Amino acid sequence: MDCMETRTLLGSYLDRELDRKSVIAVGRHLDGCGECKRMFDLHSSITSAIRKRATYHPASASLANRIRAQIAQAAIRPENSRPPRVTRPLWNRWLQLGSAVAAAVIITSIATTQLASNSGNQMIAEQIINGHSRAILTSHQIDVASSDQHTVKPWLSSKLDFSPTVADLTTAGFPLRGGRLDYVDNRPVAVLVYGHRQHVIDLFIWPDDGVTDRSRTRSFSKRGLNVLHWSAAGMTHWAVSDLNSADLETFAERYASSK
Amino acid sequence: MAHLNAAHNFAYWLARDPRNAEDIVQEACLRAYKFIDSFDGENGRAWLLAIVRNTFYTWLEKTRADRSSIEFDEHALAAHGYDMKILEYDESYSIDRSLQQEESRRWVDRALSQLPDDFREVIVLRELEELSYKDISTIAGIPVGTVMSRLSRARKLLLQHLKATQEL
Repeated sequence: MDCMETRTLLGSYLDRELDRKSVIAVGRHLDGCGECKRMFDLHSSITSAIRKRATYHPASASLANRIRAQIAQAAIRPENSRPPRVTRPLWNRWLQLGSAVAAAVIITSIATTQLASNSGNQMIAEQIINGHSRAILTSHQIDVASSDQHTVKPWLSSKLDFSPTVADLTTAGFPLRGGRLDYVDNRPVAVLVYGHRQHVIDLFIWPDDGVTDRSRTRSFSKRGLNVLHWSAAGMTHWAVSDLNSADLETFAERYASSK
Repeated sequence: MAHLNAAHNFAYWLARDPRNAEDIVQEACLRAYKFIDSFDGENGRAWLLAIVRNTFYTWLEKTRADRSSIEFDEHALAAHGYDMKILEYDESYSIDRSLQQEESRRWVDRALSQLPDDFREVIVLRELEELSYKDISTIAGIPVGTVMSRLSRARKLLLQHLKATQEL
């Protein structure tokens, strides 16, 4: 390798971006050529000067906070300029939340615990959806068929180590059809079955483990089913239905305020 | 907050102004959030830095009609060639450590901030973020060969600048 070739490759040699063969060739030339070696030393001196002495400007804490707030805001209101669309589907909102978490992770890597709890929620949402689908497909939706809350509640309580609230929502348009047992998150859970016109709503209930994020309602959607999740009075609630998301939200509100 | 720091450092060295750097990073993060679908899951830092760079150039076009910075005289550089003074400067560094350290930091920062945009960005990505040629090529949207030649020219310009400053 001659001087000209060596000098062309000097930077890449310094940056360890050369293939093995070239590294050996450049190294051999530098050993025997004082002028090229001097150039190499100059290159590495400027590199180390920049690395050691150039100021690195990390983001301030206030900037990090502003960005987190901004992403959270964008997740809630995707189009700031336009009025909110009434019929924005739930899955869309869930996707928004998902990408907010992903973006926050890439940008600030602060949301790891949130991500963990979200993926935990997603796993449970998956089980809820499977439980609902299985019940529909096998026509085994109801273990105890009754529109009477005073029949359903004792039956569930006798099979479980807790007693779920069985609300009468007939006047709200959600008549009780019955209840059944299911198995979610490695434990037996209560399922209340409500109707709304031709639709069926399964409401899964079990005691809070105290770890679950109880701050707000979360929504998911999959395979044409909408899922709502909230915590109240020490209980975790998951409602699943092929009902549209707005009606499912109404159901959740009525149920929550019935107590 | 590794990537946010990288984003801010890069934006700072592109804009060379703390307030503008913060604005650019904030805008870039919002874009990152909106275009998260375009992230292939491979290298989050490089992906975010590419967005920061795009945001910077959009901002630059909007705010400054004249984007000429203090350009180096490359012909003068070619005439002078290299100089060993840079190494002497390193030796004198040990005489009065704290003073020299602060002073050399100022020299290096000034030299870096006066590099033309094209050269400054590759140097910052290489020396401060220690990114590979491949990642730099992705972020700056230039071939690897161009990364190589720009780095080489940037280093020559920095050498020249540090030598000139020292002689003042």
